[in-house]
Amino acid sequence: MRRSDLTGPRLAAVFLLGGVLLNYPILAIFTRPEAVAGIPLLYGYVFGAWLLLIGLMAWIVEKRRG
Amino acid sequence: MLQGWVIVAVSFAYLGVLFAIASYGDRRAEAGRSIIANPYIYSLSLAVYCTTWTFYGSVGRAASSGIGFLPVYLGPTLMVALWWYVMRKIIRISKAQRITSIADFIASRYGKSQLLGGMVTVIAVVGVIPYIALQLKAISGGFTILQHYPAIVMPAKAGAIPVLGDSALYVAAVLAAFTVLFGTRHLDATERHEGLVAAIAFESIVKLVAFLAVGAFVTFGVYGGFADIFTRAARVPSLEALMTVPGGGGGFGTWAFLTFLSMLSILFLPRQFQISVVENVDEDHIDKATWLFPLYLLLINVFVLPVALGGLMRFPSGGVDADTFVLTVPMAEQAQGLTLLAFLGGLSAGSGMVIVETIALSTMVCNDLVMPVLLRLSALRINQRRDLSGLLITIRRLAIGAILLLAYVYFRVAGEAYALVSIGLISFAAVAQFAPAILGGLYWRGATRAGAMAGLLGGFLVWAYTLLLPSFARSGWLPASFLTEGPLGLTLLQPHRLFGLAGLDDISHGVLWSMLANVGLYVGVSLTGATSQAEATQAASFVDVFHHTQGTERTRLLRGSASVSQLLPLVGRFLGPERAGEAFAAFARRRGVASAEALPADASLVNFAETQLAGAIGGASARVVVASVIQEEPPGIEEVMDILDEASQVRAYSHELEHKSRELEAATTGLRAANERLQELDRMKDDFMSTVTHELRTPLTSIRAFSEILLEDPHIQPDQRSLFLSIIVKETERLTRLINQTLDMAKIESGNAEWCAAELDLREVITEACEATSQLFSEARVALTQVLGAAAPRVMADRDRLMQVLINLLSNAVKFCQPGLGHVEVRLTAHGGQARVDVKDNGPGIPREQQEPIFEKFRQGGDSATGKPHGTGLGLPISRRIIEHFGGRLWVESEPGHGAIFSFVLPTE
Repeated sequence: MRRSDLTGPRLAAVFLLGGVLLNYPILAIFTRPEAVAGIPLLYGYVFGAWLLLIGLMAWIVEKRRG
Repeated sequence: MLQGWVIVAVSFAYLGVLFAIASYGDRRAEAGRSIIANPYIYSLSLAVYCTTWTFYGSVGRAASSGIGFLPVYLGPTLMVALWWYVMRKIIRISKAQRITSIADFIASRYGKSQLLGGMVTVIAVVGVIPYIALQLKAISGGFTILQHYPAIVMPAKAGAIPVLGDSALYVAAVLAAFTVLFGTRHLDATERHEGLVAAIAFESIVKLVAFLAVGAFVTFGVYGGFADIFTRAARVPSLEALMTVPGGGGGFGTWAFLTFLSMLSILFLPRQFQISVVENVDEDHIDKATWLFPLYLLLINVFVLPVALGGLMRFPSGGVDADTFVLTVPMAEQAQGLTLLAFLGGLSAGSGMVIVETIALSTMVCNDLVMPVLLRLSALRINQRRDLSGLLITIRRLAIGAILLLAYVYFRVAGEAYALVSIGLISFAAVAQFAPAILGGLYWRGATRAGAMAGLLGGFLVWAYTLLLPSFARSGWLPASFLTEGPLGLTLLQPHRLFGLAGLDDISHGVLWSMLANVGLYVGVSLTGATSQAEATQAASFVDVFHHTQGTERTRLLRGSASVSQLLPLVGRFLGPERAGEAFAAFARRRGVASAEALPADASLVNFAETQLAGAIGGASARVVVASVIQEEPPGIEEVMDILDEASQVRAYSHELEHKSRELEAATTGLRAANERLQELDRMKDDFMSTVTHELRTPLTSIRAFSEILLEDPHIQPDQRSLFLSIIVKETERLTRLINQTLDMAKIESGNAEWCAAELDLREVITEACEATSQLFSEARVALTQVLGAAAPRVMADRDRLMQVLINLLSNAVKFCQPGLGHVEVRLTAHGGQARVDVKDNGPGIPREQQEPIFEKFRQGGDSATGKPHGTGLGLPISRRIIEHFGGRLWVESEPGHGAIFSFVLPTE
């Protein structure tokens, strides 16, 4: 029960985290013409952060159901 | 190979498959085995968000601004995290109020305002038309390109070809026909289309597979993977900039604005509202969609930048529009099948959007724009038509056609001036205008209809001025000077630099000003005006929806009443008589009533009818229609309910108070009685004390007097002295007896007396008592006779006590008899379980008024005139108490002059 009560606040926290990770100025840190293993840094970072957010949301939601 | 007819045939075959899926979905829904009632289909259907804008346009956007295409997908990803709060609430409200469109939602929130509903509809239609035009442009462009396979030829300017030769017109016509087939086959009170949702989910799979196929082909087939394609692009100087956010701070500003805009769009685009709210089967499907939908967005975007880079490197001369890379790159590689798949992907993306969007818009146009007007035009006598369901469907079909026609016109007028994404963003900015009214309405109870109207109107006008009109100006419909110098040369009013605000791109600039105007007016006007009762009621039912819908269906309002015979035909006129009959029968079953005709004519029936109608014609219109048949109470029902509530509460309190005060009164009466009794007892005790002391003083006085005489006169005669001494002895005896009897009485009264009950032969006791008193009788020369009979009744009593009673009665009898003439008779009889003893004398008798008082303490019988006491005054009271203790009764019968009979009865064994 307690866990499901936290689902909303956790998702809201993911929202805030995403808002910070995918915006200026954090985004500016990765705006450099560099590449990691051939992938441009910014491209890799944005998709990585995006995937992280999706993973967090999946974890939060599925954990509640389980 | 890919001739025009092949493409057309494949397209129609694809649409045919869609239609088959939709029919199957509808049939399954009718059979009660829904195929869309799971979170996966729900998540896939949400991907109707990805249109040709995504399919073709993202690549085009990426080709010009690198990863600048991404905010449009990051925004929804962030927003779904908040769906837990926002979307749940919207869905809960919509289900409770039978809301079928975004216009319905806003109108219902602000007191079921028809004007507001109409306004939202106009904004939605005007705002979304560029977006639909975008789909027409993309599909027809794709078709034209494919036609020239394998040559890569860009479609000609739309204005350059005659209307009848324009493929976009045919695309619009086919999509209109298809939407009509899909969306308006029948009229449903809930406005849900299960088959349609299944088809949309299927389209989402097709477009994802198609785009992934093209992306994988370009990335891994044409190039050697992600690293290869990026490394090669990095060597081209013009492409290097695409790897970063362009333009420094301004770029980040645009990024943030687009993220914000897409966050609102995922909630408020009419088609998103239709799919995520209206078509939602189960609120809990949101859970899985929270991560599945963003995952879909991520997947469909992974290959966008590689395809864009691949296209830019493949066509370095710039003769090919980047918006077409998804088609043209496979074409350039001679991948025929893949090209066709890509076209189908584009077709699925475009058709899905157009179908859902126009259905949503046509519902709004019909329910919130056309019907309210028709209902008001009394000349049409709409209210008296028997079956309106046909009319409703016709209106919707016409609306679908009109919307697509308008989209085509916009495409002809302004479509060429912009890239796909830019057109879509104009629509995003338009639907963002709904955000303050809806989000505010969800959480701010004080938001008013006037505020919502002012905000919407202000925001919409600013949007039209800063974004819509410039799109006309760019395409030459308005003079170009409108853009560059402002209207009438007023530079301060330049649409793209309003009040001189520069440094923002067009979209950010338009969003900023329109949202400022919208939110400012919304909040400002809401704060100045008081809300009407109807508004306050709706505000409460929206803001507190989770409190209201916890239990079973709540009867919301006290409404006027109307009978089934009035309501059923009314609902039947809009839904069709059969459907209405079914709905009413189902409602009757839910209420536990045998048939629809037996439904009680109460408020919940009216509510039911209204919500049924709301599904077909919108909440605001339903209210008007229902009001036409029933005597509805004037507005302020909720208030009346509150007052009633309050009144009944007050009444309950006063009842309680009355009850308490009655209880108090009773308690007071009891206390007063107890107090009186206490006082009485106190008085009796005082009486008793004074009587006892008086009785004690009499013998004491004589004892003292004679003792003093004896003491003072030593020469007293011996015979006189012995007389005096005998008096003293007698008085002392009397005193002793008095004290003993007083103690005895006190003991009996306090319940401390000792009783030794045993079975006795009453005859024996009487004989013994007579013997004990025989001396007394012979001294007084009074005769004593015993009549004891043959029976020997046995009683349960204390022998000594019973003896005491008998001796007392006998000695009393002697006392009152004349010496020599007196005669006392003791008689024992047994009868009916009782033994009776009579002691009869022939003395003067006892006057009637004295017969009871002689049993009181210290009341003596005899001649009160002489004042000579005959005893202690305690004998009879004690006797009576003794007899009563053993369950018997003691009384006297007497007539003055004829003696007295003292009798007692005791229960025999």
